[in-house]
Amino acid sequence: MNDGLHLWLIPVLPLVGFVLNGLLGRRSPKALVSTIALVFSAAPFLLVLHVYTSFSALSLPYIERHTSWIATSTFHADFAFALDQLTLVMLLVVTGVGFLIHIYSVGYMAHEEGYWRFFAYLNLFMFFMLTLVLAENFLLMFVGWEGVGLASYLLIGFYFKKHSAVRAGMKAFVVNRIGDFGFLLAMFLLIIHFGTLSFIEVGSQIAQHPDWHGGVLTAIALLLVLGATGKSAQIPLYVWLPDAMEGPTPVSALIHAATMVTAGVYMVVRTHALFDRAPLALSVVAVIGAATAFFAATVGILQTDIKRVLAYSTISQLGYMFLACGAAAYSAAIFHLVTHAFFKALLFLAAGSVIHAVGGEQDMRLMGGLRRYIPVTFWTMTMAVFAISAFPPFAGFFSKDAILAEVFRSPNGGPLLWTVGIVTAAITSFYMFRLWYMTFFGHLRLQRETTHHVTLPVGLDDELLATGHSTNGQHAHGQPHGHGIHESPRSMLIPLVLLAVLSVAGGWIGIPHSLGGSDRFARFLDPVTHGTGVPASFEQVSIAMRTGAPIPTTEPPSKLEDPQTERMLSGCSVLAALLGLLLADTLYRRKPQLPARMAAGSRAIYGLVVNKYWIDEIYGFLIVKPLLIISRYILWGGVDRGIIGGGGRVLAGGTQGVGAVLRRIQSGNIRSYAGWLAIGAAAILLLAFFGFGAHIHMGVR
Amino acid sequence: MILPSLILILIVGGIASWIVARRSEVVARLIAVASVLADLFVCFGIWVAYLGQSHSTPERWFVECDFAWIPQFGIRIHLAIDGLSLALLLLTYFLGIMAVLSSWTEIRERVGFFHFNLLWVLAGITGVFLAVDLFVFYLFWELMLVPMYFLIGIWGHERRIYAATKFFLFTQLSGLLILVAIITLAVLHHQSTGVFTFDFEQLLHTALSPRAARLLMLGFLVAFLVKLPAFPFHTWLPDAHTEAPTAGSVILAGLLLKTGAYGLIRFVLPLFPGPSRELAPILMTIGVIGILYGAVLAVGQTDLKRLVAYTSVSHMGFVLLGVFAGNEIALEGAVVQMISHGISTGALFILAGLLQERMHTREISAMGGLWETMPALSGAGLVFAMASLGLPGLGDFVGEFLVLLGAYRANVPLTVVATLGLLVATLYGLRFAQSAFQGPNPHHWKLPDMRLREWAVLGLMMMCLVWIGLYPQPVLNGVRPSLAAAAKCIPAGNCQEIKR
Repeated sequence: MNDGLHLWLIPVLPLVGFVLNGLLGRRSPKALVSTIALVFSAAPFLLVLHVYTSFSALSLPYIERHTSWIATSTFHADFAFALDQLTLVMLLVVTGVGFLIHIYSVGYMAHEEGYWRFFAYLNLFMFFMLTLVLAENFLLMFVGWEGVGLASYLLIGFYFKKHSAVRAGMKAFVVNRIGDFGFLLAMFLLIIHFGTLSFIEVGSQIAQHPDWHGGVLTAIALLLVLGATGKSAQIPLYVWLPDAMEGPTPVSALIHAATMVTAGVYMVVRTHALFDRAPLALSVVAVIGAATAFFAATVGILQTDIKRVLAYSTISQLGYMFLACGAAAYSAAIFHLVTHAFFKALLFLAAGSVIHAVGGEQDMRLMGGLRRYIPVTFWTMTMAVFAISAFPPFAGFFSKDAILAEVFRSPNGGPLLWTVGIVTAAITSFYMFRLWYMTFFGHLRLQRETTHHVTLPVGLDDELLATGHSTNGQHAHGQPHGHGIHESPRSMLIPLVLLAVLSVAGGWIGIPHSLGGSDRFARFLDPVTHGTGVPASFEQVSIAMRTGAPIPTTEPPSKLEDPQTERMLSGCSVLAALLGLLLADTLYRRKPQLPARMAAGSRAIYGLVVNKYWIDEIYGFLIVKPLLIISRYILWGGVDRGIIGGGGRVLAGGTQGVGAVLRRIQSGNIRSYAGWLAIGAAAILLLAFFGFGAHIHMGVR
Repeated sequence: MILPSLILILIVGGIASWIVARRSEVVARLIAVASVLADLFVCFGIWVAYLGQSHSTPERWFVECDFAWIPQFGIRIHLAIDGLSLALLLLTYFLGIMAVLSSWTEIRERVGFFHFNLLWVLAGITGVFLAVDLFVFYLFWELMLVPMYFLIGIWGHERRIYAATKFFLFTQLSGLLILVAIITLAVLHHQSTGVFTFDFEQLLHTALSPRAARLLMLGFLVAFLVKLPAFPFHTWLPDAHTEAPTAGSVILAGLLLKTGAYGLIRFVLPLFPGPSRELAPILMTIGVIGILYGAVLAVGQTDLKRLVAYTSVSHMGFVLLGVFAGNEIALEGAVVQMISHGISTGALFILAGLLQERMHTREISAMGGLWETMPALSGAGLVFAMASLGLPGLGDFVGEFLVLLGAYRANVPLTVVATLGLLVATLYGLRFAQSAFQGPNPHHWKLPDMRLREWAVLGLMMMCLVWIGLYPQPVLNGVRPSLAAAAKCIPAGNCQEIKR
């Protein structure tokens, strides 16, 4: 054991920030609050960098065990942290992107009430997320797992005076907990069948028993999938994520795009030893992923709220990651997780910058032509749009390409799921460029009064109200920035630029062989994703990571049978992206009157998609309403007060006299109470002895 | 003589504070705090002395006190303390202090008599947790009742007489069953051995016919299930909890319910292992019904205190499930659940009390948006709501997790259904937190935030919950030997055999 890494500090430091700001923030100046928040989110990032530099000297997985948490005769769970290649990647993403978003928030939230509360919650989130990532066992991961749910709940409901925000927070929490139900049951099964909750011990037990297949393993894996669908917003539990956009935009970027929602993917990869032996569960994951990717993308086409488009695209991209997991392409899933964290965080932050610029408006129909007013935002967002649409050489291209290639080859995937993936890629490109054109091109559709207050064009608000969108965005951004459209402050632009660089170049860490790269990312993760872990090869990989030298092939060459096919698949991806771009260009730049006509032409489908397939309404009708009715009218009104309470009343009524006596006791003066107490005690004693005596007789007889 | 003095301090303290209250109410309150604090320190001393040094305590009891009282019938004042009693006594005194502190401004009438009753209830509870002689146990069991009746009936809210009467009748009638069962057991023991005794440890060896054992067990069981409360017997609880003053609700939920669970663990399992085994599946089912029933009802309530009251029904369902799951893990979980439920629900009642003191209503619809005017109180409300819905890292989660894990070994389908209870718990937990504190503030409440005393009370309770949530080991180690004895009564896996 190499002491001196102090992994525990990585999650605990943000917790300190939370406690400081949570207790003292209300009375502190904003500068102090943001300093505390920034220091305690930068510190873990620096620590992770320190870990990164000393990484090659470690024997992996590196375990840091502190005290025991729950120890019983049959199992124990410790406060223990584990570090391996997967953890390192996640730590870099979470702390790096997290820190950038903290910086951005200083500018974005500058005029908000409850500034301190926001940063306290944000640090709390970092604590739970880092706990989740570093946990050595399922139970500690569960702490982080539920904890990020709590932080997400608090941040979605940050504008707690708004009913919709509060309700969205509740929805997120409840839906997440449905998933956690699966996680809990999976843990029970694990304890009973493995006697441990440690990831490593479970993995090694499975490795030792090559004959274990299916059965309990499938059950555990499927229960974990239920948990993952909740956290990562997959079908059927995706419904909370679009509503989560009620939270402030930096929150959407950090929690609902870059980090927390990827926890499900991380968990599947972390426990892939189980999934590898449960082909059924893998197929389920693949199908859920493909279906979600496609479904959410179609909803994204018609959304008009800029953040909701991004929310559905997040669900869709997470679907890709699930699809990759289902195809057992774990490193591709994590690769996409990383690049997605870059470009989706950027998309949200840039969207936040747009919203900030136009005074809190989120409806894209009122935007347009903004590229002239906010050039930095425009250019950084452009990078992100190209990245998510998977144009080479942007980051998204390489990771999406890796997923699609693996899906094509995998026995769990195959050409059918690949086709779904490629069609979704085209749709993705389409709706992202739609967003791009509607926001930045054409002419500005916002109208401003002479007093510089941003208001809606006459007539449009009726239509907006009819479609159920909030017209005044989320908060009072308009008031302090009433001087019209303006670029955001530097604290917001710096994170945008940095993330733009990463959205362009972030994919270059994993250029595949077929395109002349060395697939370094997959090789780096190989010891984790291939389970059995060959530590000998790791050092070579990590040396190669830094020097960029080709890796000596001690590993079995990856399943690259046919670079020709792979290149063809890449070509298809590029074509799909181009197709989407061209279509968006036609509909939203060259012939902007066309979409309305098309919508009028196919009212039924249009209505279905615009209303998000009525899924929320169906869930409400089938689950939420009945529960309330059962609680209020059947159980409370009927059973509890009627039947059971009725029994109680009969009992009480039969002894009405007693009640009357007791009432008299109550109305008497204080001194008589003592008397009654004494009489009561005596009566009990007498009763006892009397009863006792009777029984003696009985006994003697 | 340590153990009787625990009870005597409270009895004398109660009388003293009654007398003193005529001159100074503050002194009366201070006397009450001081006497409970004295007991707390004594118990803490015992804890340090017996659990701090070694993990294995060879003797059954840490401290014992045994002298004859009514020799003709073999009734002895036999008090003893082990890990289980000690843990529950620490909880008793901790919550006792919180109860006194939380009624500091709420109770303004008959202050002396209030504290007299409060301390006497605590004395009764102490006796219940300490008594080894069953007759003495029964006396203390009844002693809890009368002062509690006064607490509800005098200082309660609108429908206090109805609630107090209902509470009294339910517990009194079920108490009679226990008395009959105790006496019959002693008589049967006398018949078979010729010795008259009420001593639990000697009665353990009474030879009982299966039929007699079953009948006697039912006597004990009903009393304890009413107190717990288990599903069909719970109807006194929502009324009593809702109408009681804050301190009364805290003691009812935090302690009185625990005496029922304690009775199951301490007496029912060891005295009647056979019938316990037979009835275990039924009792576990009742527990699960209680979990879901209480939770679903809590979701629909419009009265804040009644909402919390129904969550108690749900949480105590977990305890019942754990007690009869027939393995040590579930039992340990049940005890942790008892302790953390005492604290978290106690805190929720205190919160409801603080709100009522400020707003003079308990109707949820009259609240909303309070975060704006009382951020600290609302933050505290959120923390305890999270504890109540079982967020990992806080005490309730450890208890519920262990109970479910243990129950899973005994009966998979029941456990799956019980786990659904945690899901419904999310709904009522969030309903508590949101309807009162979040959303718009339609009634334009402007209210004072928490005062220092209130901060201290809730802060301490919060710390205890975090402590149990993150480091439950002292509790688990402390109660393990006592539970090992009880767990042996339903040999591990027995329920499994019955089920499969």
